[in-house]
Amino acid sequence: MSGHPSTYEPKYAAAKWMDQRLPIIRMGADFMTFPSPRNLNYWYTFGGILALCLVIQIISGVILAMHYVPDVDKAFASVQRIRRDVPFGWLLQSMHAVGASMFFLAVYMHMFRGLYYGSYKAPREVIWILGCAIYLVMMATAFLGYTLPWGQMSFWGATVITGFFGAVPVVGESLQEWLLGGFSVDNATLNRFFALHYLLPFVIAALVGLHVWALHHVGQNNPIGISEKTKEDTLSFHPFYTVKDAFAIAVFLIIFAIFLFYLPDALGHADNYIEADPLKTPAHIVPEWYFLPFYAILRAVPSKLFGILLMLGAIVVLFVLPWLDTHKVRSMRFRPIAKWFFIIFIVMCFILGWCGAGTPDDVAIRLGSKLVDGHDVPSGITFYRLSQIATIYYFAYFLIVLPVLGLVEKPLKRPDSITKAVLGDKAHGETLAAT
Amino acid sequence: MAFKTLKTLMLGGTVAIASITGIAFAAGGGIVGDYKMKHPDWSFNGAFGQYDRASMQRGYQVYREVCASCHSLKYLAFRHLGDEDGPYYLEDFPNSSDNPYVKNFAADWTVEDIDSETGDVIDRKGTPADYFPSPFPNDAAAAASNGGAIPPDLSSMVKARTGGADYLYNLLIAYGTPKPDDVELTPGLYFNPVMDGGKISMAAPLSDGIIEYEPTEVVDHGETKIVPAPEATVEQMAKDVTNFLAWTADPKLEKRKSVGLMTIIYLLILSILLFFSYKRVWRNVKH
Repeated sequence: MSGHPSTYEPKYAAAKWMDQRLPIIRMGADFMTFPSPRNLNYWYTFGGILALCLVIQIISGVILAMHYVPDVDKAFASVQRIRRDVPFGWLLQSMHAVGASMFFLAVYMHMFRGLYYGSYKAPREVIWILGCAIYLVMMATAFLGYTLPWGQMSFWGATVITGFFGAVPVVGESLQEWLLGGFSVDNATLNRFFALHYLLPFVIAALVGLHVWALHHVGQNNPIGISEKTKEDTLSFHPFYTVKDAFAIAVFLIIFAIFLFYLPDALGHADNYIEADPLKTPAHIVPEWYFLPFYAILRAVPSKLFGILLMLGAIVVLFVLPWLDTHKVRSMRFRPIAKWFFIIFIVMCFILGWCGAGTPDDVAIRLGSKLVDGHDVPSGITFYRLSQIATIYYFAYFLIVLPVLGLVEKPLKRPDSITKAVLGDKAHGETLAAT
Repeated sequence: MAFKTLKTLMLGGTVAIASITGIAFAAGGGIVGDYKMKHPDWSFNGAFGQYDRASMQRGYQVYREVCASCHSLKYLAFRHLGDEDGPYYLEDFPNSSDNPYVKNFAADWTVEDIDSETGDVIDRKGTPADYFPSPFPNDAAAAASNGGAIPPDLSSMVKARTGGADYLYNLLIAYGTPKPDDVELTPGLYFNPVMDGGKISMAAPLSDGIIEYEPTEVVDHGETKIVPAPEATVEQMAKDVTNFLAWTADPKLEKRKSVGLMTIIYLLILSILLFFSYKRVWRNVKH
């Protein structure tokens, strides 16, 4: 971890001996004293929260794997056994399932924060791209994991998602067969999904290592987006940010605990308590909540292949974002126009999630009613239309709004440095608070 | 400043969670015809809710005498009945396999086994370690005996339907609601306004007085209480069997809530301490 000169000095002979051979204590010490901008707010605590989420998922997951049986005839029963008979199995199983939702909740907060404060801009492009890669692998891991309990939604969700690969021209069918290890979702699929679900979290851990390494190389961004210039602009990571992160983590864990202990099924689907039945398709196949916006984008166009390309595009566009937003000011605090487009973007993401949960032909926003076969039927904007509007906005935000604003938007006056922003003259401080 | 940001953060989180939960609940079928869903005040609702032991015990009787002729309960063993939080838990028998109620109930059932001497398939009395035997040997047999419909397993039924306990209770009492004209029934189908589409393959399973309740013995804080037997009306039986099946679907509910309470109290104290640590560490730092 480079970026700032090491201030560590080994105190004991043993520590000195170690330092000359493998400077691992130095690495830890430098990590703890890393100079961080003094103005980081609570939105910057989600990095630490996410690290904890990954640890919770890996520990609970490894123990669950000791009791789980990846076999189409036994998987559902083994999860029932975990919930009923394994000591504290009910806790571990819920923790892992609710933990996945919490992980995504935190990752979305973390990403929105990055989008707002321009954390993807130079010199942090690689941190951002690594983050996108982590998110992509997280999505794969969550999808694979959701298949394992072998409930109805597990099975049919896996069938729908693997079906996407069948839409690829020419090689689609053979690709799908190769992924499934057969012609449909079956034992071979479940076995490989289990193996991959166990593997990918460690890939995530490795990517997180790179993400943090890159972060420590270039330094953290901050709410005003102005780089650190002097020592006064920074504070040592410990104790200032360790204590702030710890407080945020404790608050996050309270929310986690409320779901875990009092609403363990609120984020899941009742159908997944029914064992998978390849002969019975559920009335509505819906993914977990964290995939709903992408599901809405997929269904926003009638062509299956085009829908899949759009859905992939929605993620690919994040990877190239550092080169789409060409504005030189990082933080949207000083971008009066971009800020509003960003707020609408968040609203559109929620609307997409809402559309993903709805049935496309149902009326989402009622504007009146019409008479069909003597019945009063509500009419208005259907989920299908609404998802199209939101999808257009999603892509327009990245492909039109940000590139154009990069050329035309005039930023507000910015403080000269972090220290000036924090300690500067009173009047200036007030304008800051107002923005 | 810190308070303000924190408030925004918490508000943002709450809104996000509320919308997510709303989305998760948005899916689900509607009521067919003029039936008003009843929402009984279940004893296990709420942050401190617990199961009603006497009702669960009567519910077990309903399952055994009515439901069990068609519906399996295959993820439960007899010993589960005597587990902590279970309907027949006794403090003197921490190992539920020694519980006299459990032993008696297990012996009421006949289970299939292999004779270890001859290898023949034999029938024997159940033991606490046995799982509830299923009424049909396989799905094909179940479908053949029920006009093509397979009676679902009831182990997790309350969790496996949107609406949970309310859904199950209303499904059981809603038989007999007048059928709207646009619902067309073919032979073997019955009208039930709570069922998706209004059509169900199960005939009304309960009728007043179909079973006879006996007083139940419930141990409450070390005191044995006799709960007098209520009249076996459809509503009463539906309520009892729903209580029982709520427990089979979520046998760790009481433990979950008590561990949850301690965890949240701990986390609240921790958060307060960490907040003041944060204030103290940052006391001379402008930010």
